[in-house]
Amino acid sequence: MSDQALIPGWEVVIGLEVHAELATVTKMFSSALNRFGGEPNTNIDPVSLGLPGSLPVLNEKAVELAIRVGLALDCVIQPSVFSRKNYFYPDMPKDFQISQYDLPINGIGSLELPDGRRIGIERAHLEEDTGKSTHVGGGGRIHEAGHSLIDYNRSGVPLIEIVSAPDMRGAEDARAYVSELRSILVAIGASDGKMEEGSMRVDCNVSVRRQGTTELGTRCEVKNINSLRSMGRAIEYEARRQVDLLESGERVQQQTRHWNEDDGRTHKLRSKEEAYDYRYFPEPDLVPVEPSEEWIAEIRAALPMLPRERRRRLADAAGVEPSDTALTVQRGMDDLAVDAIAAGADAERVLVHVENNLADGAGELTAAPFAALVAMETGGDLTATQAKTVLADLVASGGDPAAHAAAHGFEAMDTSELEALVDRIIAQHPDDWDGFVGGDDKERRKKAGFFVGQVMKATRGQADGRIVNELLAQRADGQGA
Amino acid sequence: MPEKPRLNREDVAHVADLARLALTDDELDAFTGQLADVLDHAADLEALDLDGVPPMANPLPLVNVLRLDEPEPGTRADIRAEVLDAAPSVEDGRFRVPPVLGEAP
Amino acid sequence: MSARSTADAVRAGERSARSVVEEHLAAIDAREDEIHAFNLVMADEALTQADDVDRRIAEGEDPGPLAGVPVALKDNLCTRGIDTTCGSRILEGWRPPYDATAVERLVAAGAVVIGKTNCDEFAMGSSTENSAFGPTRNPLDTSRVPGGSSGGSAAAVAAGFAPLALGSDTGGSIRQPAALCGTVGVKPTYGRVSRYGLVAFGSSLDQVGPFAASVEDAALLLEAIGGHDPRDSTSIPEASPDLLGVLGQGVEGLRIGIISELMGGPDQAASVEGIAEDVRARVEQAAEALAAAGATVEHASVPSTIYGLSAYYLIAPAEASSNLARFDGVRFGLRVDADTAPEMNTATRTAGFGDEVKRRIMLGTYALSAGYYDAYYGRSQKVRTLIQRDFSRAYESFDLLLSPTAPTTAFPLGDKTDDPMLMYLADVCTIPSNLAGHPAMSVPFGTGDDGLPVGVQVLAPALAEATMFRAAAVLEGTAP
Repeated sequence: MSDQALIPGWEVVIGLEVHAELATVTKMFSSALNRFGGEPNTNIDPVSLGLPGSLPVLNEKAVELAIRVGLALDCVIQPSVFSRKNYFYPDMPKDFQISQYDLPINGIGSLELPDGRRIGIERAHLEEDTGKSTHVGGGGRIHEAGHSLIDYNRSGVPLIEIVSAPDMRGAEDARAYVSELRSILVAIGASDGKMEEGSMRVDCNVSVRRQGTTELGTRCEVKNINSLRSMGRAIEYEARRQVDLLESGERVQQQTRHWNEDDGRTHKLRSKEEAYDYRYFPEPDLVPVEPSEEWIAEIRAALPMLPRERRRRLADAAGVEPSDTALTVQRGMDDLAVDAIAAGADAERVLVHVENNLADGAGELTAAPFAALVAMETGGDLTATQAKTVLADLVASGGDPAAHAAAHGFEAMDTSELEALVDRIIAQHPDDWDGFVGGDDKERRKKAGFFVGQVMKATRGQADGRIVNELLAQRADGQGA
Repeated sequence: MPEKPRLNREDVAHVADLARLALTDDELDAFTGQLADVLDHAADLEALDLDGVPPMANPLPLVNVLRLDEPEPGTRADIRAEVLDAAPSVEDGRFRVPPVLGEAP
Repeated sequence: MSARSTADAVRAGERSARSVVEEHLAAIDAREDEIHAFNLVMADEALTQADDVDRRIAEGEDPGPLAGVPVALKDNLCTRGIDTTCGSRILEGWRPPYDATAVERLVAAGAVVIGKTNCDEFAMGSSTENSAFGPTRNPLDTSRVPGGSSGGSAAAVAAGFAPLALGSDTGGSIRQPAALCGTVGVKPTYGRVSRYGLVAFGSSLDQVGPFAASVEDAALLLEAIGGHDPRDSTSIPEASPDLLGVLGQGVEGLRIGIISELMGGPDQAASVEGIAEDVRARVEQAAEALAAAGATVEHASVPSTIYGLSAYYLIAPAEASSNLARFDGVRFGLRVDADTAPEMNTATRTAGFGDEVKRRIMLGTYALSAGYYDAYYGRSQKVRTLIQRDFSRAYESFDLLLSPTAPTTAFPLGDKTDDPMLMYLADVCTIPSNLAGHPAMSVPFGTGDDGLPVGVQVLAPALAEATMFRAAAVLEGTAP
């Protein structure tokens, strides 16, 4: 991807680990509610507090959602085992985390980006979330706090961790991957995918190598990324840091690093040598999960259409490339667009409206009036500007586009009236007209813009720009240009 | 199987640290000897040919033990007051601990 | 009076539950100071429960098969609002906000919880000398240990403090003290009794099970607490077995094998060491009694059982090291304050755990640590497979197996406390059943040269408790 090769001569290699909270009613291993953010320590029970004698029992829905994710990412769904990851930390109530280690439920798969490229998925496994610590004193900073307070409402919330292959080559790729993954998770009902609220969290593995080489460089894992924007900044900073090291003859040390939003840098948390010994072993309180072919087939049959399929469907309907439909699908307006096109609306105008004029949602707009509006526009009954106004009415209150147009007093300008206006303006600007008629393509485009602008000004936007362009072309042809 | 060196004081100090236990020098000596004795006894396992023998994590052949995604009716969830009451230190309905110093490993 | 006849009398209105409880509280009063079977005697609660049973009977209800029967609970079973210490300082004063499933089922069957019994700290030990609250003494000879770790439960039944008690058995912690105190003790099939509310030691090995003065009472208690529990993922999805109904069926036609590897002695080529001559003689005598009752008795070989002890003392500590991490001073139990959270964790655990617990936590941490997992934990898990396979092979030829429960009769207090490895050997005959997940029980069968009880262990394949109880009933009836 040449457009993101931000450091000449170097290639950035990125793999991502995305944690997403699964949209279950109850927790992963107990019947306490999967809901947090309210009164602290209200959605707790012996299991989510890790009280002595409590035992985990796996939530069927969490497994089903994990399989949905696996199917959506074309993963191999396989027999899996939970393990214990042992480490002491106050927000981890048992002082071990139940996670899938060497036998994840979802194995190798891939994710297709809107531009058609595939990013490898290495695994997507289930694990439980921790409680939430609040650091008191020292401005809330972890290293300077006087004490910490723990709320276990989040403890035991089901997570899926999706690990990509190191297939991304820059911040743009990473952003596209995370956006697409989020769209998929939301589309299949697995997660709400809200990165800002922490229900989706991203760790980045970043390495660099000289352009043209194939061996992977030493990577660093960057944690504490809270938005797509900070992910991009963190990757760019980290890649630059590594290139600077290598260019000055030093080596990159394998480290875990912490992104600091305030100073815009990554800081070393620990080196590979200091890696914690988690002492993984199979969780004896749980039994293996071996989803049957029948169950997997049932889940597959119930899957909604995935974003990539929706892009393709709309692209086929509109006669464009799938990448041209990405925004519409991302906005969830592809059903509307497909239906409007099926009702006879001009596909190009439909996509333009969705992309430019429906950024805040479709509101009350439905396919039939949308199609009718586009038909009025393409039939010359409404100018583009007027159509936009009527579209806003349809979004706000629904109804019939013709009635809205009439209420605004929008009437198609008589073509003869418009012809007279165009001729008058040509006469007023002979030099510009010469430029239009005799100039090169660039000049011609520039002058066309000028004349359309003048007509629009004179009609206070009521003229149809497309027709004005046609009239200008006719007149230029008439002069034998 | 490669010859393993006998467990020494440093090994015991390391596992004590991992397990969040503090040992005096005398305890370290005593535990080192005792743990090494147990490991010496376990050396009889090294003679066994275990190629192709699968490890057994659990004696039962159970798989797919799942529960429905439903809140449990009844009282079990309502343990907040009891639990906070029994906690060593609580502030604003949360468990209070001394400073944690850094992120989880 | 047996538990069964007590319950029958209470249900028939012939005796009040209150009088039953008062009688046992009086027995406790008389000898508890000397024996120290309990960490907590729940006199008031027990009388209240008894009155409730009596009220229900007066109202025409049937409180259940254990109506009015006092039951003592090992102090590692959670009881709502009642101290549950696991014999440890780190849980001193902790009151769980919930009951263990086994406890719920006892109460549902009409039983009366009379107290929480002493045990080795977190069930780690074979003599009940590892309790933070002082040792329990053997009621038959108070200079001797009651065995462990469920020594308080065994002693409570042996002393007549309660007709029934619950213990937990990870490597022999029910059967070995049962043998040393002359009671019946049962470790059910792994998964037969719910572990929910049992404070975990070795999760893949732990089972809750009964102590009783008779085989029939043990059957009654196991029937009441067994059966599927949706709160325990490792619970067997089956109802509790009918045991009382099979007790009179005898052993005619059963094939019973004496496990050569667990008999010790010079004539055994590959066997565990340390099996006392008087104990071995009793097991042989028990085999003859079973043969006389119509069973076919032969020697059987379960070769890999001799590796059980080694595998067990890596697997159980490994699981324990993880299970006991949660005792960190954050949410419940003891906290020793310090300037930082990690230091607080360390101070709390260092002050709260006794030496045996620390030893096993460190051993288990080592067995799981990077670079040693395959050599220790991984290898032990494979040995576990071998042991289960060897048992399966033996059970192709035999319905039941027989061995000593413990290598010796009850030993003097302090005898083995300085040598952990020597103490561990007390479990050498009981451990293989835990590793295989199979049921096994100890039945008193005469005494040793010192006049103290000897226990014979009856082992059965998974889920075959009924067959096991048939043989136990015959042994009980023919015991010298």
